[in-house]
Amino acid sequence: MSASQGEMPLVHVRNVSKHFGEGETRVDALRDVSLKVHPGEVVALLGPSGSGKTTLLNVIGCIVEPSSGWVSLDGEVVYDGRWLRSDLRRLRLEKIGFIFQFHNLLPFLNCTENVAVVLSLAGFDKDESKRRAIELLEYLEVGHRKDAMPANLSGGEAQRVAIARALANRPRIILADEPTAALDSLRAGIVMDLLRKVALEQEAAILAVTHDEKIFDRFDRIFHLRDGRLDDQAPST
Amino acid sequence: MNLAYRDIRHNLGRFLLTCFGLSLLLGVVLSMIGIYRGLVEDALTLVRTPKADVWVVESGTRGPFAESSRIPGDTREAIARLQGVAVAGSVTYQSVETLYGARKLRLYVVGYEPGRPGGPDHIVRGRSIGRSHYEMVADVRTGLSIGSRVELGRDTFTVVGLTDGQVSSGGDPVIYITLKDSQQLQFELAPPAARRELARGAGPGNTDIINAVVARVLPNVLPKSVAEAARRWKHLAAMSQAEQELILTRSVVERARKQIGLFTALLLIVSAVIIALILYTMTMDKLREIATLKLIGAPDRTIVGLILQQALAMGTIGFGFGALLISSVKDYFPRRVVLLPEDGLALAAAVIVVCVLSSALGVRLALKVDPATALGG
Repeated sequence: MSASQGEMPLVHVRNVSKHFGEGETRVDALRDVSLKVHPGEVVALLGPSGSGKTTLLNVIGCIVEPSSGWVSLDGEVVYDGRWLRSDLRRLRLEKIGFIFQFHNLLPFLNCTENVAVVLSLAGFDKDESKRRAIELLEYLEVGHRKDAMPANLSGGEAQRVAIARALANRPRIILADEPTAALDSLRAGIVMDLLRKVALEQEAAILAVTHDEKIFDRFDRIFHLRDGRLDDQAPST
Repeated sequence: MNLAYRDIRHNLGRFLLTCFGLSLLLGVVLSMIGIYRGLVEDALTLVRTPKADVWVVESGTRGPFAESSRIPGDTREAIARLQGVAVAGSVTYQSVETLYGARKLRLYVVGYEPGRPGGPDHIVRGRSIGRSHYEMVADVRTGLSIGSRVELGRDTFTVVGLTDGQVSSGGDPVIYITLKDSQQLQFELAPPAARRELARGAGPGNTDIINAVVARVLPNVLPKSVAEAARRWKHLAAMSQAEQELILTRSVVERARKQIGLFTALLLIVSAVIIALILYTMTMDKLREIATLKLIGAPDRTIVGLILQQALAMGTIGFGFGALLISSVKDYFPRRVVLLPEDGLALAAAVIVVCVLSSALGVRLALKVDPATALGG
């Protein structure tokens, strides 16, 4: 484990519950979930379909407000009534990077632009955005494809560009949804090594939803969700 | 970073094809406005050509265009002697159909007295009528050329000059002949009918009849005062040039004007619906990208800007192509199409407004997209 457990957690979820609907149609997606992820940690969120993994990711990603409980991201308590929708959007832009199962690169932007768009949204000027985007692509060893369109990239290349986009704003929290599901074991290993490298070098917390058994050994800790409850926080090794 | 431009660049072929389709639609809207303008312009051409200040017609009528009017041929002398009248001329108007070779010619014949008001205001080729009989000046739209010989009634006329832009309110090209020839054409009986009239002792019949007298007044004389003086003859009615133009636009072409106006409005509504559907579909195609943009922190204004800029680009390019297309083919329309800059600007403004309003559906859809849909599960 690479993080000091004494350090303040970057992601702190305490007694979070989330339900959808009311009465007979009520579905409890999360029930009293608590977890902490520290800087430099790479943790996995496992569970069967419908167990609440994506809901938890949405709650931590400032997309879905919990019905009850408390969430702190990088020391800031969210969902306490002071946050507007635009504030949460700003928080996502500044503190959270997202990695998707199918990379979700914008098909009308080339690799550099796909990374630069995040910087542009954050207010960086055009040249600075481009320079930093190319730096990131080179850091992730896809600099040679900087002008390629997403449709012309292999699965591994596209996922690395997506990681570059997630890292563009130097976020301290990275949320990944099945980041290796569309990759073979070799490329999945490369992506996990990259995430590990980012977690260590940028002191970021990485929380990944996955079903991919071939990468279970790459995580510091694995959280198991079942019926909206967290079962286990034991280390994976 | 301009996302709208990059998305258009990525799907350039599809976008241009959509713009082309829209340009055809907007071109039709623009041509309808042009046809409407042309209709009014055509209707007013004949009444403006004599550059008259006062029109004298048969009492109780609003002739000679809205209703038929017949007055004695010597009316012109009487009007010319009124105080304040500078010059007056007798005119006749009638529609004829004849054959030129194998081609059917539908013409609007104006009879006038050469040297007096009522004739063509300009000649583009050839000369004015110089002889008192059997010469004509024809509009280029007749397809006739200098020297062409055309049979009208029982006589053959030679084209000695060409004019342009002279059509009737019905769109028929105008020819000018002398008043004498036109009176014979309009009022002289066919030989069998003339013989029958003679046999019953009715005499040969009077052909010295005209449809109207056009008069120009002296400087500093009010046309209204001349018209009032002419109205003192109980068998005559008189109106100013402005009143005559109003009769034409409010009576003669009113129904056609309303019809075209309604059709143009319907086309604009259809265009608005089509633009809205195109924008909605374009937004539907981008829902995942919009969700991704929202998830990574793009503000609503970025999403709205993406849709709005594409809507405006589509409207602008569509209108531009449409205007270019209609400008280049307008002369091939059977009737005059008048494209005025102010009409073009008004339609451009309407298209911009329609695009903005039509994009509201797409914007609403985009703003409702849940960023969570970018994540799986």
